[in-house]
Amino acid sequence: MPDLADLWSPIRLTLALASVTTVVLILIGTPIAFWLARSKARWKEVVGAVVALPLVLPPTVLGFYLLVVLGPDGPGGWVAGLFGGRSLAFTFEGLVIGSVFYSMPFVVQPIRNAFEAIGERPLEVAVTLRASPWDAFWSVAVPLARPGFLTGAVLGFAHTVGEFGVVLMIGGNIPDETRVLSVAIYDYVETLQWGHAHILAGGMLVFSFVVILAMMLAGKRFGRPGL
Amino acid sequence: MADTATIDAAFAGTLGSFSLDVAFEAPMQGITALFGPSGCGKTTILRCIAGLNRMAGTLRFGAETWQDDRAGAFRKPHKRPVGYVFQEASLFPHLSVRGNLLYGARRDSRRQAENGLGFDEVVALLGIGPLLERAPQALSGGERQRVAVGRALLSRPRLLLMDEPLSALDHPTREEIFPYLEALHETLSIPILYVSHDIGEVARLADRIVVLARGRKVTDGPVTEVLERLDLQPATGRFEAGVVLTARVVSHDDAFRMTHLDHHGQTIVTPMAEAAVGSEIRLRIRARDVVLATQRPSGISVRNILKGTVALIVEERETAFAEVLVDVGGAGVRARITRAALADLALRPDMPVFVLVKSVAFDRRALAGLQPPPADGEE
Repeated sequence: MPDLADLWSPIRLTLALASVTTVVLILIGTPIAFWLARSKARWKEVVGAVVALPLVLPPTVLGFYLLVVLGPDGPGGWVAGLFGGRSLAFTFEGLVIGSVFYSMPFVVQPIRNAFEAIGERPLEVAVTLRASPWDAFWSVAVPLARPGFLTGAVLGFAHTVGEFGVVLMIGGNIPDETRVLSVAIYDYVETLQWGHAHILAGGMLVFSFVVILAMMLAGKRFGRPGL
Repeated sequence: MADTATIDAAFAGTLGSFSLDVAFEAPMQGITALFGPSGCGKTTILRCIAGLNRMAGTLRFGAETWQDDRAGAFRKPHKRPVGYVFQEASLFPHLSVRGNLLYGARRDSRRQAENGLGFDEVVALLGIGPLLERAPQALSGGERQRVAVGRALLSRPRLLLMDEPLSALDHPTREEIFPYLEALHETLSIPILYVSHDIGEVARLADRIVVLARGRKVTDGPVTEVLERLDLQPATGRFEAGVVLTARVVSHDDAFRMTHLDHHGQTIVTPMAEAAVGSEIRLRIRARDVVLATQRPSGISVRNILKGTVALIVEERETAFAEVLVDVGGAGVRARITRAALADLALRPDMPVFVLVKSVAFDRRALAGLQPPPADGEE
């Protein structure tokens, strides 16, 4: 009988990774999305393309460059040095940084679309009603962009849970540190532990289905920026 | 000593395919209309006054300077005490009507009732009481626009800017809203700048008019004077050219549903107007509805036969038409007739002439009462 306690570690790691990544991406992705939606700078689409790169880059290319950045000779190594380490590669923190990069377009794009769909007018109205730009952003733009935030959060979370190639390259397969679900399943298959693989994969299937279903139902109820 | 009791605006810049260069003054009370055809820059000017667009220029509001390029001054739009009503109501979909109305009020707690209108008064003035808890999506176009006006008013502005507020509405809805706008005119002590391309709206609502065309000011002045001017044909449009007379209601004829009015000693009869005896109303008379005669006709259905003197004649060469300005009791009435008729009647300036206007020509749109309508729910 497979030892179920073993299975808990990848699940916990995956949930932690996806949650932290999603929160970080909402925090840094929202200003980026807002800027992309509203800026009239000529080089705006250059920034947009950079953000969207992970959509088209082969995961191993992304993984390679992330390894360089996170490794002992890159900025990651310098940061790790502050905490007594050598490199951010093959650490949970490194995984978070990598996940932020490769899931960014999945969070930024829906939020950007939502801000663009709002248009200029509601924010102009807010300004004529004495709202400062900061106030207008929080009291008008954010509530009206709610569907975009919902979609971005769910997509970012789901994509982080599902990523394999990049995670394997920069995280390795270290139990309790970087062995997330996708890597664990791969590992169990390689080591012919079909029981474990069945449980994890089946669980992932059910979980994903429930998430999609819930998102679609919630989208109907909460997705529209109305009352 | 500079006159501080006006709004002074001057803006210059490019606007699409042509350049804009306009300077005008508006008084600190009443409705001043910015009038001109689509694309002439009137909306851009309004937005510059609100600070939503930025164009080179100066803007003074009474003693305050809101923009002065030479001094490097530009007051941010959210710091300008203006209310703005957009062409499409643009209510916030994520707030109820009440939430929309209070949005501006919540953010400006310093000036308490500076223009004298609190929440309940604004709601009553615009008749939006029954709508307060509804979502904006559940309102009709006219209701939304009234809420938009209320929302702008509740932010306690010192200047109200209205950008073609009726253009997006159909005719019956416009008629429904007019009395509310007229009531606003009577009740508010703050100035209103009203942008429109519809001379009918301007004639009914405005005290002063600034006429614009292709980014330039054509003329400005009191509405009655400017409308009399024949050289404004291209701006006012052939079919809608006309004048506005003010007349006092003398009596109502219930049997025939007519109203008798006095205009400088002459009687004008119109279909029944909703105005009390003794009140003054504005009559809009379109040039094409005016007939001229050198003899007083008899046996004719026209009810209004006014005596006047020809003041000015303008023939439109290469066309069939001419316009004649006739002085009727001190006010000008424009008549649009054919050059053939002009020649046939041998009209000359200073000739006495009879001005005939069908009572039917005064449709409901042409009769504007200066009394506010009763609020919804009143007996």
